[in-house]
Amino acid sequence: MAQVRLEHITKVFGSGTDAVNAVDDVSIDIAHHDFMILLGPSGCGKSTLLRMVAGLEEPTSGNVYIGDTRVNDVEPKQRDVAMVFQSYALYPHKTVAANIEFPLKVRGVAKAERAAQAARAAETLGLSEYLQRKPGQLSGGQRQRVALARAIVRNPAVFCMDEPLSNLDAKLRGETRAELVDLHRRIDGTIIYVTHDQVEAMTMGTRVAVMNRGTLQQVGTPQEVYDKPATVFVAQFIGTPPMNILPAGLLGSADHLVGVRPEHLRITQGGRISGEVRLVEHLGHEVLLMCDVGGTTVISRQPGDATAGVGDRVELDVSDGHLHRFDATTQRRVD
Amino acid sequence: MRRRLREWGLALLMLGPSLAVLGVFVLYPLGRAIMLGRQRCDPTGRSCETTGWDQYVDVFRSVEFQQAMGVTFKFAAMTVPLGIVLGVGLAVLADKQLKQIGLFRTIFSSTVATSVAVASLMWFFLLNPSVGLLSDWIGGTAKNPGLLFDKDTALWSVAVSSIWANLGFTFIVVTAALQSVPADLYESAYVDGASGWRRFTNVTVPMLGPTLLFVGVVLFSRAFQAYGEFDLLTGGGPEGTTTNIPYLVYGTNSIVKSDDGLRSTVAVLLFGLLLFVSALQFRSIGKRVHYAN
Repeated sequence: MAQVRLEHITKVFGSGTDAVNAVDDVSIDIAHHDFMILLGPSGCGKSTLLRMVAGLEEPTSGNVYIGDTRVNDVEPKQRDVAMVFQSYALYPHKTVAANIEFPLKVRGVAKAERAAQAARAAETLGLSEYLQRKPGQLSGGQRQRVALARAIVRNPAVFCMDEPLSNLDAKLRGETRAELVDLHRRIDGTIIYVTHDQVEAMTMGTRVAVMNRGTLQQVGTPQEVYDKPATVFVAQFIGTPPMNILPAGLLGSADHLVGVRPEHLRITQGGRISGEVRLVEHLGHEVLLMCDVGGTTVISRQPGDATAGVGDRVELDVSDGHLHRFDATTQRRVD
Repeated sequence: MRRRLREWGLALLMLGPSLAVLGVFVLYPLGRAIMLGRQRCDPTGRSCETTGWDQYVDVFRSVEFQQAMGVTFKFAAMTVPLGIVLGVGLAVLADKQLKQIGLFRTIFSSTVATSVAVASLMWFFLLNPSVGLLSDWIGGTAKNPGLLFDKDTALWSVAVSSIWANLGFTFIVVTAALQSVPADLYESAYVDGASGWRRFTNVTVPMLGPTLLFVGVVLFSRAFQAYGEFDLLTGGGPEGTTTNIPYLVYGTNSIVKSDDGLRSTVAVLLFGLLLFVSALQFRSIGKRVHYAN
């Protein structure tokens, strides 16, 4: 059983006036066999957090537990963790087979046993016919699978993955997402997966931890994070196009920021939100209307046959159940 | 057909300047040297007579050439591996442990700016039996007759001076190569449980492969052509134990110093030897080196 517990983790790089607070008092409980996504924009501290689980960075304060053991001072080797890097970090001079076997070789596993386990891992990821090739002779997607095979070969308790799909093209990324979900079902380990791509977070994660500027914004299932964003940041980071934050006082009290997802805005005669269409984006199955409402751009998602054009005045409305209210000062959700 | 001719013409025009330089300064002198190597000359060098190609075979078989070749190979065997090991060691040290201290980089690379003459003079005084600091510390043979004057230690002493003088070059080239090794590879190996030594042998050394081959070939050809340190430190002595092939060609104490023909023969043989050894290096090690894609 490998639950991972992060307890009040803080990481400061540098010192004095140059000090950067990369991770600021983050606590997350990750259950055994979770597919936990650490989601956030560049520089939010998600990779640093992952590297602290893997043992590549030491927390400035706070505790990292894997299972019931506090691992702050434990070498990566003893943590039973495997890591998949964005660049794949394959050894270019070794064959695919030797790359996959490397973690076993380091642990002194006998040669025949090593080869058997590597062959099994390669088969799981459909790499059997490439075992004797060098990474340079493989496509991006194949290299990525070699990196995954190298991670699963020694059956670690925790997999740390740092944006492993970001070097793939869009089509391959889509396919690999599905493969990763399938892989997660077949293995016993816990996956911690760092990404800035909300689509990856929504489609693969059993749970998502959203981070911004070193702080944890919200942890929940993808649906919870989408339906009930805990902060304005989460509301606007998740969802494409992002949630609209309406001008103060337009709906409800001026102390609150009110958010509405574009798909919940209907065009209705006499609607409470009146604006002028500035831009129309036709996506085939749907149309996005960018409307100017008192100086704020409000995006509305309409069916593909919507006829509104640039310059038209539209009246939009939303049912109260679809309003999200946030405190204007703390930016946190109020229900 | 006409188009091809025009392309050839254009190619020759473009290559002309470098062909001319190569021809005048490399190919022509080489050809002259090869022809001169078939001749015997009087000490003035004005009157030479051709003895034929056999002269190459005779010189190659001679005791003097064989001994000088032995010294040359021994010198290379001493300086090249030690030079690489020390250079890589210092570069890794400066890259990993002493990263913040730029001073070490300056110190380690400083010998690149030191000429062979200066380096040799420095070592000459360090090893001088009467005034040398090192001689005082070491004592024994170092004091009498002196490391440079003892048959068993003279070649090693020249080798140490040469290793020292070439260390800066190896250090700079390897340091530059180390910077291009992705940090991910080390981190990945570290998470997989590889020890420091294992990371060095499984990541650093293979990633440095092409650089090490390059440094090896350069150091090898420098060792084969080393002349200044031999001339300044030992003058080919004692008893010919430090007479290498270049010293046989130029040295003031060389047995063939007064015959330009024989000197040419030796020089051409050195060229052939070096060509053969370098080709061997590239063929044997070159195939096992990984070049980045």
